[in-house]
Amino acid sequence: MIEMIKVSKWFAAFQALKEVDLAVGRGEKVVVCGPSGSGKSTLIRLVNRLEAHQEGRVIVDGVELTDDPRTIDTVRREVGMVFQSFNLFPHLTVLENLTLAPVWVKHVPRKEAEETARELLARVRIPEQADKYPSQLSGGQQQRVAIARALCMRPKLMLFDEPTSALDPEMIKEVLDVMVELAREGMTMMVVTHEMGFAKTVADRVVFMDGGRVVEAAPPAEFFGAPKTDRARLFLSQVLGH
Amino acid sequence: MRWLRDNFFGGWASGVFTVVLILLLWKTLPPFIDWAFLDAIWKPDPKACRAAEGACWGFIAEKHRFILFGTYPYELHWRPAIATVLLIGLWVFSAFRRFWRWWLASVWLLGLTAIGVLMWGGVFGMRYVENERWGGMILTLLLTTFGLAFAFPLSILLALGRRSDMPVIRALCIGYIELIRGVPLISLLFMASVMLPLFLPSGVSIDKLLRAQIAMILFAAAYLAEVVRGGLQAIPRGQYDAAHALALPYWRRTCLIILPQALRISVPPLVNTFIAFFKDTSLVLIIGLFDLLSTIKVSIQDRAWTGFGVEAYLFASLVYFAFCTAMSRYSRSFEHR
Repeated sequence: MIEMIKVSKWFAAFQALKEVDLAVGRGEKVVVCGPSGSGKSTLIRLVNRLEAHQEGRVIVDGVELTDDPRTIDTVRREVGMVFQSFNLFPHLTVLENLTLAPVWVKHVPRKEAEETARELLARVRIPEQADKYPSQLSGGQQQRVAIARALCMRPKLMLFDEPTSALDPEMIKEVLDVMVELAREGMTMMVVTHEMGFAKTVADRVVFMDGGRVVEAAPPAEFFGAPKTDRARLFLSQVLGH
Repeated sequence: MRWLRDNFFGGWASGVFTVVLILLLWKTLPPFIDWAFLDAIWKPDPKACRAAEGACWGFIAEKHRFILFGTYPYELHWRPAIATVLLIGLWVFSAFRRFWRWWLASVWLLGLTAIGVLMWGGVFGMRYVENERWGGMILTLLLTTFGLAFAFPLSILLALGRRSDMPVIRALCIGYIELIRGVPLISLLFMASVMLPLFLPSGVSIDKLLRAQIAMILFAAAYLAEVVRGGLQAIPRGQYDAAHALALPYWRRTCLIILPQALRISVPPLVNTFIAFFKDTSLVLIIGLFDLLSTIKVSIQDRAWTGFGVEAYLFASLVYFAFCTAMSRYSRSFEHR
């Protein structure tokens, strides 16, 4: 589904990613973790070209991402993304947030798009909020709307960039529950998160990054049970320690 | 009493200020009321006006037709009068949110056509009046309406172009905005009225009103573009990320996500610029068009009535003030949504 080959990325003189190799198979759930500044957000943003890589290759569902806008467009139609800060459109209602892309990008008839949207709102357990504006919802509800919005495009792959980091603790669970459910249904997922509990239950593989490199990649049992590197051990003790 | 003390004598600075203000009003307000009302002459009689101490409102009464309609043929004043009411009506009508539908555009088209027919005439047995003779209130309103109607969309394109990834477009937009902003409106109007005809091939002529209108549109667009750009810059990056991630192409992203938010943020400075533009239309005076302020200026040059400039300008101020206050009040109700 995703294939990254020796990918490097610079922000001006700062190298954010250093020859990263990573492959995510269809249906696989990969959790990416690591200290802040390790390049994990940059890595996930490469997948739908919110950031452009400078060296190496990124291939998503058989399409190699290049400067050609057509490749970018093709990939973005297949890939859903959920952000740390929700990024809902504040001037539109929840329902409008959900139907916008299907109607304007995929030219789904409005009525059909609304039906799909309401189904998905039910799935993320907020069917009654359809006509509210994002600012009227709690953080947890907003993030679930954001998940539903991404799902409205019927993506083959979902990217989550620290989906629970901006949430109050009591709201984290309601978002994670939705994500777990999504994983059980077989969605291919790439998740940047510090929620190690989520990684343990859901992930097929945990990728640990530090300093722009993938330091370790292993199934959760192995990664949490016997981390190979000192760096990962230190990180885990900090994350799980409290 | 308590309210009085809290609000007007809350501290020594506030107390001193209140006393000074009361003294100032005491000195200025009664004489003004004497001048403006008690001693004022309301009859259009220049002799009585000169003899009296107070204001000469008779002057306004005498000249109001010329002030409002300029050099438009006297016996046909009913035409610009209806046109003025129609245009103001269109604005008021459009102010109601419940009328913000697609058909509002047709209402405007219909209204403007009616105004055009009334002003030009030449059909339905109405006498043709060339637009060199249009003047007064309707000219001010038309210059503002058409000026904003064209300048605003143009400014949005300029603001978007200024933030474009394409270097040529960006450079063109920056060049345009900086060039126009660096030049006073007066010189643009002079250029439009004096220099532009020199560049046009012989035989082709654009009338004075249209040239002035184009100059004003170009001018307003540059200023509005910077206001819109301010709004665009206030949109958080996450909004762009989300729109990109949903594969929304450029124009959909811009029209559905970015502009609705950016323009809402820009309402106060936009209205500020609109108001400034409304008042700037008075500069067409210098190229010989008779807008509201120009007609007043001409009125006070009448031999029989020299010396009543204060009354005339006070009247003009009141008219401008009424329009500008209406605009700003409306924009405030808009911000609170």
